[in-house]
Amino acid sequence: MTLTQEIITIALCALATMCTRFLPFLIFRSDKPTPKYIRYLGKALPAAIFGMLVVYCLKNVNVLSGSHGFPEGLAILLVVMLHLWKRNMLLSIGGGTVCYMLLVQLVF
Amino acid sequence: MSGRESKRGVVKRSFLAAFPKTIPIMMGFLFLGMSYGIYMKVSGFSFVYPLCMSMVIFGGSLEFVAVTMLLGSFAPMQTFLMALMIQARHLFYGIALLEKYKGTGWKKPYLIFGMCDESFSINCATEVPEGTDKGWSYFFVTVLNQSYWVIGATAGGILGSFITFNTEGLDFVMTAMFVVIFIEQWLKEKKHYTALIGVAASAGCLLLFGADSFLIPTMVCILCFLTVFRKPVEKAGGLS
Repeated sequence: MTLTQEIITIALCALATMCTRFLPFLIFRSDKPTPKYIRYLGKALPAAIFGMLVVYCLKNVNVLSGSHGFPEGLAILLVVMLHLWKRNMLLSIGGGTVCYMLLVQLVF
Repeated sequence: MSGRESKRGVVKRSFLAAFPKTIPIMMGFLFLGMSYGIYMKVSGFSFVYPLCMSMVIFGGSLEFVAVTMLLGSFAPMQTFLMALMIQARHLFYGIALLEKYKGTGWKKPYLIFGMCDESFSINCATEVPEGTDKGWSYFFVTVLNQSYWVIGATAGGILGSFITFNTEGLDFVMTAMFVVIFIEQWLKEKKHYTALIGVAASAGCLLLFGADSFLIPTMVCILCFLTVFRKPVEKAGGLS
């Protein structure tokens, strides 16, 4: 690729990203009331999206081979328990991550 | 004078409230950003590439894929379509944040520009504390997150492979964060229809379509379910 072609490729990636980020805001302008159905979606979507993002993070975990997803499963269990116990974001995230690192580096 | 001072106070309080929320993302982004910078470096690109790409694209997964695109032959149409598909989930984020980002003034275009998974999650899931300004709080979360990413990516591109301690598994910080936000959302709801729809649709589509192409079918499924079950979901309440 020439430098110009590289710049165009990067610019297209940026443009596509901005399309997906700006489109909802351009279609549903804030000076007009948002349609009821879209407002409903706006409220109902977050919980579904966070579920999707958790699965998205785990998409490359293979339960049939390798470590069978044990490090991920155990670390997530710890995150859930820590969070239900103390409800402190930093503690839950930090504890779970350290646990995962120890598991993949030393155990599995 | 006093009006101006109190405004500065609000901005400062907004920053102080926003910063702690971004600490897990700082850990994750510095690490992931560096991995990305190092990956670009070993693929033969100068640090200027990760620097520019992390500033103008600011979307982790696409930036990794873009390295492969840059190494291949020039295919603008394919690049654009591929990028649209990888980033399509942002359409959902925009719909979910339509109301929250209302009335944020000149900061709004930047808030939308910088709406990555992590900034979306924090701004969508956490409350803005009293005495702070909504627009400034969202702004600081977004700008801090992007700086972590740009700094990480550039540092990775410059330093290359000087990192010596074993960082294997550090990327789990992002998974842990999404799990925590998912729990927070779960505890907020009385009924868990939408959360369950999200998990079930993603898991089902992941099994059916595989890791590389399950996001778009998942989003279609979520939209269908939420539309079909609108009545019970709305009746269950707890949609904040």
